[in-house]
Amino acid sequence: MIDTIVHMVLVLAMPPLLIGVIAKTKALFAGRVGAPVLQPYYDLGRLMRKGVVISDTTSWVFKAGPVVTLAATLFAALLIPLGKHPAPVAFEGDMILFAYLFALGRFFTTAAALDTGSAFEGMGAAREVTFSCLAEPTIFFALITLTRLSGTMSLTPMLQSVTLTVWTGTGASLLLMLFGLFVVLLAENSRIPFDDPNTHLELTMIHEVMVLDHSGPYFGCILYGAALKLYLMGALFANIAIPFSGGDPYLDWLIFGLSMLALAVGVGVVESVMARLKLIRVPQLLVAAMILTAFSLVLVVR
Amino acid sequence: MNRPYRMLQNGEAVPRREIPELSLERFQQELLGGIEDGWRVVSYFGAAEGNAVRLYAVLSEKMEGVLGVMTALATAREIPTLTPYAPQLHLFEREIAEQFGLVIEDHPWFKPVRFAPPLATPLGASAGKTPKIGLMDFYRVEGTEIHEVAVGPVHAGIIEPGHFRFQCFGEEVLHLEISLGYQHRAVERLVQGPLTAVTRKRMETVAGDTTIGHGTAHTMVVEALGGGRVPARAQAIRAVALELERLANHTGDLGAISGDVGYLPTASFCGRIRGDFLNLTAELCGNRFGRDLVVPGGVAFDVSGDLAGKMAGRLQKAFDDVANAVDLLWETPSVMARLEGTGVVSGETALEIGMVGPAARASGLNRDIRRDHPFGIYAMSHIPVETARAGDVYARTLVRWLEVEKSVEFIQEQLTHLPGVAFQYPAGAIAGDSLAVALTEGWRGEICHVGITDERGGFARYKITDPSFHNWTGLAMALREGQISDFPLCNKSFNLSYCGFDL
Repeated sequence: MIDTIVHMVLVLAMPPLLIGVIAKTKALFAGRVGAPVLQPYYDLGRLMRKGVVISDTTSWVFKAGPVVTLAATLFAALLIPLGKHPAPVAFEGDMILFAYLFALGRFFTTAAALDTGSAFEGMGAAREVTFSCLAEPTIFFALITLTRLSGTMSLTPMLQSVTLTVWTGTGASLLLMLFGLFVVLLAENSRIPFDDPNTHLELTMIHEVMVLDHSGPYFGCILYGAALKLYLMGALFANIAIPFSGGDPYLDWLIFGLSMLALAVGVGVVESVMARLKLIRVPQLLVAAMILTAFSLVLVVR
Repeated sequence: MNRPYRMLQNGEAVPRREIPELSLERFQQELLGGIEDGWRVVSYFGAAEGNAVRLYAVLSEKMEGVLGVMTALATAREIPTLTPYAPQLHLFEREIAEQFGLVIEDHPWFKPVRFAPPLATPLGASAGKTPKIGLMDFYRVEGTEIHEVAVGPVHAGIIEPGHFRFQCFGEEVLHLEISLGYQHRAVERLVQGPLTAVTRKRMETVAGDTTIGHGTAHTMVVEALGGGRVPARAQAIRAVALELERLANHTGDLGAISGDVGYLPTASFCGRIRGDFLNLTAELCGNRFGRDLVVPGGVAFDVSGDLAGKMAGRLQKAFDDVANAVDLLWETPSVMARLEGTGVVSGETALEIGMVGPAARASGLNRDIRRDHPFGIYAMSHIPVETARAGDVYARTLVRWLEVEKSVEFIQEQLTHLPGVAFQYPAGAIAGDSLAVALTEGWRGEICHVGITDERGGFARYKITDPSFHNWTGLAMALREGQISDFPLCNKSFNLSYCGFDL
């Protein structure tokens, strides 16, 4: 019971902190003081109090977009274990639901973008679906590899089966998989080198350009949903990358929280030391990530 | 072959009666012939005269370092176009048509330039009113898979207004058309008439980021017409200010390019260092953009030995900082991969459309007013011209950086050897019935001011050609067959002026 409560609190409250930590890391690399790490929370608070402007050309799809996306992401949050603690909801095959809840959210985000009829948002939607087509196989290769290692198709037992002994046995395979997952984590959450959430240049953005017309609480939902998605994908990554348990449940929560912050710092470092890719190069990197995870499967199956 | 131009030097005035007057047909032949012989059109404009429009062409020949000017009277509303034979004339012809209600026959791209009302219509007003800004038939590519993207005039970033119309096939840009004029302030009309106290202020704000460049060009026109001398010390101080302006803007651009590719360290460092250079300009005259520094007859403020020493030290420190920040760019492979091969303007295209400044030099065109038509201290003290060949964003970035290096060396040299004592001589009265041409190399490229006076010494016509006027077409060409997602980066690598174009 306590674990479920802690799970819910972490999942609901912590995601914007990751965004704040990434921004702070980037600011430090750039020699600036930067916004406070809690800035994303203030931003959400501000957006929630704002009014909404909705274009006459849009239909209910436009309003449904952010809501369905956030709901789907929140549901996915129930399926992923955080650290060594089981997820509140777990059943055989939930890994497929987990992956496709994100796809559902993406479908509604792109549908809402197309609903505006804007040329920019259409371009953004086209880019988003093209790149996610290439990112999806990576996730599934990784999940299938884990299924093969653990013999289960449920996320909780699957991820908790990754222990130090598994690492010593199949370390090479897991490393390849982690690399692939990290690339997908950056791509799916519109981070550099795939997308730049900070440049407000309508012609180059991918995710940001799809939500240009959303404002106020709708936009708040989108930002919060994006942070949550980063958090969940980060949790998937951290569960595999941190194979050991502290032995004590509270210590495990602490380890998990710290590993998420470390991941945010890592993302911030990557964003600071490299430039964005040319848009036409993005598929190449995504395919490379897919091949890495495919190899990790081959290594496990052989 | 000898051309029937009246030859003159940069910053020289000639009596109007000495300018050869040709028939319109001969004028056009000589214009095309000159371009074929390697002359370049610096400015081509009209002026109302009775019931006709007098056309003036100012051309530059860099081997001899001379300018040529000639004129013709257009007495009919229709003028045949020269653009198909000399694409660099295309905007000039459109501008003449818009400013004087003329029709350029068979012009391949006959559209408004700034959507502004005419300066004068000596040959009768054209049918219909001035079109509303931005309302015109944009070039369209037909096809079910072609989509059109319209950007601006209100942009996502805090920049000046301009409208961009892309014809795209997927992510590929087939054509980009740029529609400007949103900042039109009628500067050329405002400075007509006698020289007043506000004239210089207006000239300094033709493009606010090129205060020294435009301000110097204007004072050169006034000095040429007034016949006064300028002390060498003032010339050196003007050059220092001009190079500081170049440093500040190039540094800002290097940072902005880096920011556009998502590479933050250089972006934030350069943003700060740009301020250091601006503050050095403030040391000269109390204004970070150099307002009121350059005045007819010299400069308004002297630089003491103490100040020169102090500035040299601060300049070196700022340069070391910018060198560190920019080195990060060259050392980061992902940045280089992003810049190389993006937004290519070939040398032939650049030559054809008459590009100027760092953008032209990045495409391999070796042109720089500081060397080709040296003005002020540049006649004595040379500054090397930096070129690159690729014509891509990388080349434009590289040329900026190389110019930063050369400018710092140049300023250091000037600050250690400031000549003479006097820094301002009295300016003479403006000569009547004359024409003066002044060219300066601003940080964006060649700035041309032409002043034509009436018999009482007031300006009958004052023509400003900002480098952006030559280069906007270059940006459109850079995007052709490029990726639409590369547009912001290409735009930043040109960093052209909207208000300098819109006047």
